[in-house]
Amino acid sequence: MYGQEASIIKFETLDTLLKSPSPEVIVVNFWATWCGPCIKELPHFEELNRAGDPRIKVILVNLDYADKVEKVNSFLRIKNIKSPVLLLDEIDYNSWIDKVDKSWSGAIPATLVLNTVTGKRNFVEKELSESDLQQLIEETKTN
Amino acid sequence: MKKFALLIPAFLLLAAFTPKYEVGDAVSDFSLKNVDGKKISLSGYADKGAIIIFDCNTCPFSKAYNDRIIALHTKYKDKGYPVIAINANDPKISPGDSFEHMVSQAKNKSYTFPYLIDETQEVAKSFGATNTPHVFVVNKKGDGFVVAYIGAIDNNSRDAQSADKKYVEDAVDALIANQTVSPSKTKAIGCGIKYRS
Repeated sequence: MYGQEASIIKFETLDTLLKSPSPEVIVVNFWATWCGPCIKELPHFEELNRAGDPRIKVILVNLDYADKVEKVNSFLRIKNIKSPVLLLDEIDYNSWIDKVDKSWSGAIPATLVLNTVTGKRNFVEKELSESDLQQLIEETKTN
Repeated sequence: MKKFALLIPAFLLLAAFTPKYEVGDAVSDFSLKNVDGKKISLSGYADKGAIIIFDCNTCPFSKAYNDRIIALHTKYKDKGYPVIAINANDPKISPGDSFEHMVSQAKNKSYTFPYLIDETQEVAKSFGATNTPHVFVVNKKGDGFVVAYIGAIDNNSRDAQSADKKYVEDAVDALIANQTVSPSKTKAIGCGIKYRS
């Protein structure tokens, strides 16, 4: 693996990604470098990505300001983050928050687990433990 | 089966955080300690209404909005809608949000509005406050106050000059003009309030 850098995207790109045919379960974690609880739970998502289950795709959506992308990239290097990181450059939050999940207040960390086969989705707005994350995925997978 | 049994507490916990006050709801009076050590109550402080802001010292979004919050108070206090800032973060989780740090913050930024500590977190919970900063504009109705607006301050946390939707100003202006507040509810990315678990 080579050095990881965040891709700066607009909401449309994320929206398309969530609607495209892909592995069974997509795990989208919303985080920022300034969010302590986010950084604490980040290793669980990294571990999930590293495990390489072909039925699961991990996407880290970063909510730092786009002009802080260098700070984000240096964080990714220091923490050796390998999961794909998308920096969502959409400052007008009310234009897209509800499209991720109506129940989202806007606080982070927040995680969306989506089953692209059944359409089943679980959205949680709190710091997840490793077992919380595993349970969310189990809940969302086709049984 | 065990997995499902474990899931229940997590969802109950989330339910405890679902917003309690909605727009139009009457607000229970509260009394909290200000940075000067004196207690301030909503009924004793607010006249026509108030811009209640759940805020803190440490959140980057609170910092980004700090001068805008000061400006809101300057603009609206004489029109009967002062700012009341409330910090509910548990200082054990966020040491920079202790009462002592609130006192320094208020002093350093020359706050002229109350900056109250919600030690039990009961007020923040009753409002259903989730983020910092999280605004609740309340308006006088009869002997009490009702919620007129819930949400973000404006639509650009990064740059005040670029914000073209000033939600709180629009809401308070509408109340002053006796008009309908629209939008009466918005959302904003921010730091989650550090509730004790």
